Amino acid sequence: MQVSFLYWEECPSHERALERLRAVMEEEGIEAEVELIEVKTEEQAKELRFVGSPTIRIDGVDIDPPSHEVYGLDCRIYYLEDGRVSPLPSEEMIRDALRAAKVPNE
Amino acid sequence: MANLKVGDKAIPFKLPSTDGRTHSLADYADKEAVALVFTCNHCPYARAWEERIVQAQSDYAGKGVQVLAINANDASRYPDDGFEAMKKRAEEKGFGFPYLWDESQEVARAYGAERTPEVFLFDKDGVLRYHGTVDDDYEDPASVKNAYFRDALDAVLAGRDPKVSETRPVGCTIKWK
Repeated sequence: MQVSFLYWEECPSHERALERLRAVMEEEGIEAEVELIEVKTEEQAKELRFVGSPTIRIDGVDIDPPSHEVYGLDCRIYYLEDGRVSPLPSEEMIRDALRAAKVPNE
Repeated sequence: MANLKVGDKAIPFKLPSTDGRTHSLADYADKEAVALVFTCNHCPYARAWEERIVQAQSDYAGKGVQVLAINANDASRYPDDGFEAMKKRAEEKGFGFPYLWDESQEVARAYGAERTPEVFLFDKDGVLRYHGTVDDDYEDPASVKNAYFRDALDAVLAGRDPKVSETRPVGCTIKWK
């Protein structure tokens, strides 16, 4: 499994998001390396199809596929299961994406 | 870093609001406290804390507290932060305070605001008594351990110095032109 974590340093939630990702991976027994990608420029954001920080991709698939893709250096909005807005993906969101990616190999 | 330090006087301004009026800081000279909150529509941090700011205004309005929300983001790059979008958001979310448009960004630059949201709390003499973030958990209101803004409001209304008068603002960067 390939896990990518893309972030922009100016959004303060990325460290907390990375901790959460690693914790859920451990709970799920996934030992894959997390590829950290710091996005530093608008050009790089376009090239990487970066819709905001933090973005997590499992085998190249966004854990919360964006409804419209506007690329750039910005903080990303996640809509949580209970309707709240957060700068972070929830544990459930990460877990569901990891489990969905695991299924084809089982 | 903000240009104002705790103990400094507020910088006067006059800005248009989503309510169709123009508001100046001097309009609120009779208030016990005035909280300027630099914020915007599109930032997830601003949106995560938005209801808590609305609630604070509701809870403290009877005690002479006035919140003034200010959006200074460059709307040409972030259309969701344009004036029409601000009007819509203020109505949808029931803002019980003016939502001001700092189109020229002069007010944000004068204050040295950097993030959304970022709070500047002034006492009845217009002296800055608290600057920084809203509280210590943007994600979950139920997990807040330090309600910095509300604690500072309580202290200012009681004539005391806030226990914590400065915190690091947490949020998106203001989108400069």
